[in-house]
Amino acid sequence: MTATTNAVTQTTTQTTKMAKTRASDRAGTLVVHGLLIVFALVAIAPILVIVLNSFKTTPAIFEHPFALPDSGSFSVAGYERVFTRGHFVDNYRNSLIVTVGSTVLTLVLATLAAFALTEYKVRFAPLVGGFFVLGIMLPIRLGTVPIIETMISWNLMDTLVALVLVYTAMSLPLAIALLMTYFRAVPSAVKEAARIDGAGELRTMTIVLPMVRPGLAAVASVTMLPIWNDLWFPLILAPSAENQTVTLGVQQFVGQFLNDYPALLGALTLGATPLVVLFVVFSRQFIQGLSQGIGK
Amino acid sequence: MIDGERDTLLRTRASRAHYRYFLAFTVPALVVYVVFAALPLVNSIYYSLFDTDSGVATFVGLENYVYLFTNPTTSERFWNALTNNVEFFAIHLLVEVPVGLLLAALLTSGRLRRSTGIYRTLLFIPTTLSVVIVGFVWRLIINPLWGLVDFPLLGDERTALPTISLMSVWQYVGIPMIFLYAALLAIPGDILEAARVEGAGSWSTFWRIKFPLIAPQFGLIAILTYIWTFNGFDLVFALNGSAPGPNYSTDILGTLFYRTFFGSSGQLADLDLGATVASVIFLIILVVTAAYFGLLHRRLKSYEL
Repeated sequence: MTATTNAVTQTTTQTTKMAKTRASDRAGTLVVHGLLIVFALVAIAPILVIVLNSFKTTPAIFEHPFALPDSGSFSVAGYERVFTRGHFVDNYRNSLIVTVGSTVLTLVLATLAAFALTEYKVRFAPLVGGFFVLGIMLPIRLGTVPIIETMISWNLMDTLVALVLVYTAMSLPLAIALLMTYFRAVPSAVKEAARIDGAGELRTMTIVLPMVRPGLAAVASVTMLPIWNDLWFPLILAPSAENQTVTLGVQQFVGQFLNDYPALLGALTLGATPLVVLFVVFSRQFIQGLSQGIGK
Repeated sequence: MIDGERDTLLRTRASRAHYRYFLAFTVPALVVYVVFAALPLVNSIYYSLFDTDSGVATFVGLENYVYLFTNPTTSERFWNALTNNVEFFAIHLLVEVPVGLLLAALLTSGRLRRSTGIYRTLLFIPTTLSVVIVGFVWRLIINPLWGLVDFPLLGDERTALPTISLMSVWQYVGIPMIFLYAALLAIPGDILEAARVEGAGSWSTFWRIKFPLIAPQFGLIAILTYIWTFNGFDLVFALNGSAPGPNYSTDILGTLFYRTFFGSSGQLADLDLGATVASVIFLIILVVTAAYFGLLHRRLKSYEL
């Protein structure tokens, strides 16, 4: 419904009416842009306030919180203190290990399961599929007490492995549900051709993998976000200084350095940057994953 | 006859191989999912029937539940957290869903071209932040020192919970927006074209055609919001810790659960009681979710295209 198609279809109507419609059309477009700009500002401005102030001196943060840093107020001392006083490098490494580890494990296990669930028409396949999909809705956190007991008895308490296992279990249901919709769309002729060429089942699956690549990207992006940002399980399963993730590290930093605002704001900026950048780059895959996986 | 027998034989052999492959491919995922997600939920209920304080597990039936609901302190805290959680959920539903709908409607109004993607990404960025950042940003902005707000919103018992709820709405409004946006995009173009030819304007097209077609999504969004808010913890904990004040006015079921099994200043850790609280929360979530899917979901689904 662009202005041009409107104009074309309306050539038969009176010219005065046409002019009026065009004017109201333009006004409508302006209103839509205006509203979206206001909402986008509400979404972004608070984040910009944090980032801008992280490059200022403490007095400047409190005297002119909404001013841009200038030559007098610009300072990166906060960031220097983040690295000397916090465990930021360790925290980053831990978050990276946990997030990438869980995402890769989820992708591998979910791909195998989703392939089998759509490929082999065995009697209990729908049951197993349903059992997995149920997990999208399950509040896994409520099983924390037994999870603690399991981790203690397996000697995994306060390790990154514990986090990877729990996050993989948490991410599998949505990943499997999503990948099943992609595997269903693969024509069976491709798989039959692979089998006739003598490919085993595992090989057949890897041959069709490139055809579900958008699904894998969608799964990876929806899996990473809640893991990187989670506070609950790091707090309970890996709380020690050397195993802290960025999210928990920033939370503790906020508690410990309450008066060092430049450092706090620097820590917050550093904690958020990787995921925001990743999301901006992969937003299409992410949104696809979210709306297809849960919305159905 | 012979052909038929051979066919059945081949089919059983093929299906036996299918069973083998099916198991080999699904068991790894199944094991991780069962051991670290499904089983702990069930075991929580099992644990809630035992007392392990003495070091040995003794079966005590429903005693932990009786204690939770009859001990004056624990029952007061529980009902307080439940009431707060209902308020937390209601604010999400009443603010987040209408704003999400407005944003989705604006994004699909047909008046934007390439800017759609930019707006969509910007509006979704808060959802990608961790609650630690969200909590800190907003605490700083509404800090009376900065002068934007004079009133200590987080320091007053009446305003603290609505304030935190609205911070959470600010963060997560992108989720209903994306669901409704995807649903609006899925409406076939010829329906909208027909409406336009009939002379319907954008306003009446939206309310008479698009809105009824995406209505089933609201049921799903409502139930997901219910599950997420009753499972909530992070933002409240990031802002106010595990005994969220002032005077427990921002305590929700998630923080109560954490405090019960983990302990906090002035409260000893109690794993059995923690499992009991978890089981009660699970029941609260399960009953409503089951009722939704049993009664409402199918009826809403039937209106879908």
